[in-house]
Amino acid sequence: MNITTNGEAVSTEPVTVQEFLASVGIDPRRVAVELNLEILPKAQYQETLLKEGDSLEIVHFVGGGAPLG
Amino acid sequence: MPETTDKLVIAGREFDSRLMVGTGKYADFHEMVRAIEVSGAQIITVAVRRVNISDRSKESLLDHIDLKKYTLLPNTAGCYTAEDAIRTCRLAREAGLSDFVKLEVLGDERTLFPNNEELLKAAAVLIADGFTVLPYTSDDPIVCKKLEDLGCAAVMPLGAPIGSGLGIRNPYNIRIILETVKVPVIVDAGVGTASDAAIAMELGCHGVLMNTAIAGAKDPVAMAEAMKLAVQAGRLAYLAGRIPMKLHASASSPLAGLIA
Repeated sequence: MNITTNGEAVSTEPVTVQEFLASVGIDPRRVAVELNLEILPKAQYQETLLKEGDSLEIVHFVGGGAPLG
Repeated sequence: MPETTDKLVIAGREFDSRLMVGTGKYADFHEMVRAIEVSGAQIITVAVRRVNISDRSKESLLDHIDLKKYTLLPNTAGCYTAEDAIRTCRLAREAGLSDFVKLEVLGDERTLFPNNEELLKAAAVLIADGFTVLPYTSDDPIVCKKLEDLGCAAVMPLGAPIGSGLGIRNPYNIRIILETVKVPVIVDAGVGTASDAAIAMELGCHGVLMNTAIAGAKDPVAMAEAMKLAVQAGRLAYLAGRIPMKLHASASSPLAGLIA
């Protein structure tokens, strides 16, 4: 099935958010996730199953202070 | 001694250092870590950005920062609307598990001046949502008062445009802001070299936040130390109370007992 991740189309098995993050090598402790524009609390990664057409936003902290960062 | 008892208090939290530093624009993580360490800063700003899903080879910022030692202050740099800034803050809280945010809503790409209308809108929503909001704002006493009235934990007026290194362009406005609000006033943006930071502190500001002045210096680690000393010197001079300026000389040696 297809979902959108950080604005890009991605093909995935119907897995949980936790499994999806693991499949792309992301440590869930270091990120924040929005599912269809709603913040998904970390406690729900394991029980939340991705569906066709879902939109994920996965962010983390990067160097910044000056806005071009 | 003033150094030990004189603490910066933001939203009930105490900090020994009055210098806050950014984590952007460094050549590499090693240089960033050393500069931050030498600066003595306890609050460091970070940006919130999309994870690169296709290339996970790059190291993560948080692999290099000791979260027991530093308070992370996620910023909303690059946001031009209240809506984007609010969304970024909520993601930052989820990623960092802290309510502290440096709120900036920009109005223009060329000057990076704040859009104060959107800033006030975002601040109101975020404060209602339980955030501790530290807003980057124009050096406008009226806007700063509005931000304080909304419940912001500090106000952070610019000294000059972000990254410009022009210093404190309007010290008189900064002084009026200091008279107008009771929350800490932290000069954010515009500092170019150590004397700029000292001037901000001598005016009575409670802290200074900078990134480019350190990260962009030829020797960022040396500049980080210079900034630490400048902030301490400026603060001590403010507490000591400077002499008034006078047009004419005032002899410091006694006139009695002159040989001629």
